[in-house]
Amino acid sequence: MTMIESIHPIFKRDEVFEFLKPEAAPSLNLSSGVILYLEGISVSFDGFKAINDLNLYINDGELRCIIGPNGAGKTTMMDIITGKTKPDSGSAWFGQNINLLKMDEPSIAAAGIGRKFQKPTVFESHTVHDNLELAMAADKTVFPTLTAKLNSEQEDRIAETLKLIGLQEHPYNYAGSLSHGQKQWLEIGMLLMQRPKLLLIDEPVAGMTHQEMDRTAELLTSLAGEHSVVVVEHDMDFIRSIARKVSVLHQGSILAEGTMDEVQNNQKVIEVYLGG
Amino acid sequence: MSLLKPIYTDKPGMILLTVLTATAVIVPVFNLAFPEGHALHISTFTMTLIGKYLCYALLAIAVDLVWGYLGILSLGHGAFFALGGYAMGMYLMRQIGDRGVYGNPILPDFMVFLNWHELPWFWHGFNWFWFAMLMVILVPAALAFVFGWFAFSSRVTGVYLSIITQAMTYALWLAFFRNEMGFGGNNGLTDFKDILGFSLQNDTTKAGLFLASAIALGLGYVICRYITQSKLGKVSTAIRDQESRVRFIGYKVQNFKLFIFTFSAILAGIAGALYVPQVGIINPTEFSPLNSIEIVIWVAVGGRATLYGAVTGALVVNYAKSYLTAAFPDAWLFGLGALFILVTLFLPRGITGLLRKKEGQ
Repeated sequence: MTMIESIHPIFKRDEVFEFLKPEAAPSLNLSSGVILYLEGISVSFDGFKAINDLNLYINDGELRCIIGPNGAGKTTMMDIITGKTKPDSGSAWFGQNINLLKMDEPSIAAAGIGRKFQKPTVFESHTVHDNLELAMAADKTVFPTLTAKLNSEQEDRIAETLKLIGLQEHPYNYAGSLSHGQKQWLEIGMLLMQRPKLLLIDEPVAGMTHQEMDRTAELLTSLAGEHSVVVVEHDMDFIRSIARKVSVLHQGSILAEGTMDEVQNNQKVIEVYLGG
Repeated sequence: MSLLKPIYTDKPGMILLTVLTATAVIVPVFNLAFPEGHALHISTFTMTLIGKYLCYALLAIAVDLVWGYLGILSLGHGAFFALGGYAMGMYLMRQIGDRGVYGNPILPDFMVFLNWHELPWFWHGFNWFWFAMLMVILVPAALAFVFGWFAFSSRVTGVYLSIITQAMTYALWLAFFRNEMGFGGNNGLTDFKDILGFSLQNDTTKAGLFLASAIALGLGYVICRYITQSKLGKVSTAIRDQESRVRFIGYKVQNFKLFIFTFSAILAGIAGALYVPQVGIINPTEFSPLNSIEIVIWVAVGGRATLYGAVTGALVVNYAKSYLTAAFPDAWLFGLGALFILVTLFLPRGITGLLRKKEGQ
């Protein structure tokens, strides 16, 4: 941009300065049926290309599984979508009109993208109930938070979620005292309290028993439709039980896409996984 | 009744407020009502000393709010305390009027001594009590806001942030030593005569200041208790434990930090403003990094993230200090260091942690 161009808006009397414009993201526009666009994303850390020209499209209401060997860039991809990492190039759009690369983590969360981490991260010195309360969709600016009081509708929502994640017996236990599997569930519960449109779920069944896995699979499939869900997982049985469409990530870009069977019979995928 | 819930569900806090109320009544009454030599008389010296401790306790609460509940180890809270103190000191200087050594009706003595002929611009307005009180709040708040805005939006955390807060108070320490700054340099501000027309030498005035300190501490405690029990308090402890996770559920962490840090600086400033008329002097030593570190030790000794622990710590350590500096003047700093190490090793939850443990059993 030339100097004249950059100075020009200052003299436009019908325009306000860029930094004075309200930060609020435009509301989510899903007119084309695609909720997430990642196009030509690349990011490198100290010369190592963690993500290399990645293109990924997630449809509204879709349940997508992403698999890939360790170091394929799965977590980095989630970091980019949620604003933790800024890519070197490429673009990331949420719906038609929300540019994710211009937003920080809280704004992206407020726009409707929720994330569950690989290692369950709950607030250990808070009770299960408080964890859900903190995550609950609400006005999350400073002063409304200071004066916030739970109303009965919100209490009902927390109770509902507690039931859904099977923790209704101990709402006032400290989250730090839960078992690994229960923490995973609590984190999923926190995700639901946020009422996101797009859920990014990193290894949801790590450390879970088979019964817990089945329940998780059931929950995730029931979420798809109203929400869009992206699941990153290593456990092939689990993926087979929920997957409709699978994307294989390898060395920072998409290697193959399709149903589980298509992907498993794909020559390139077999090479990558078996080191052939 | 739900409005009072954060107060009456807090048993140690109730004990603290009860003791504080009793002290606020008994100490001034026993000082004024019984003549010197009477068995129940409390000397003015003791009253002023306890008054000083109450100001320290308020300062400790301020530090506990940012350290215990938000995880920011501030090694610069002495700066906010001192700024509040200086604002009060400037008001008291202007009240001296022509009773100073040089008898200049406008300029404080040190300015006459420096051959200044005009009051610097930033001294204007301090002849009004309300203006000075406004500055007691605004100056520490403004410093905390600007400092916090830069530090928190660039996401400086942990030990780096602690070092920057230390550097902040160190820089102010050096600046206030300079005569050219216009705050009395090395000697600071002293020789105060009266406040709101009441002589500072008067026992009644001293009792009034004592009462004001007790009220400020009580109110400060109650407000902090409300903040920590609110949803904002839960967000704050969540930030302390898992900062990045809080961002991912949609809270703008830097704004929350900024709010609590600024509020804490205001509390520290008020503590400083009450401290200065009781001790009768404010000088740059209050900015010294060591002072700020001492505050952190009070909180650690008393027990973090409890508020009443901070009060206990401030009282215990300062009582020990008063006693030890009189009995063994050379040993005090060693004693302080030993106390900190012992508490860190054996009482990670401080003195009040011991009591809570007992209660739990």
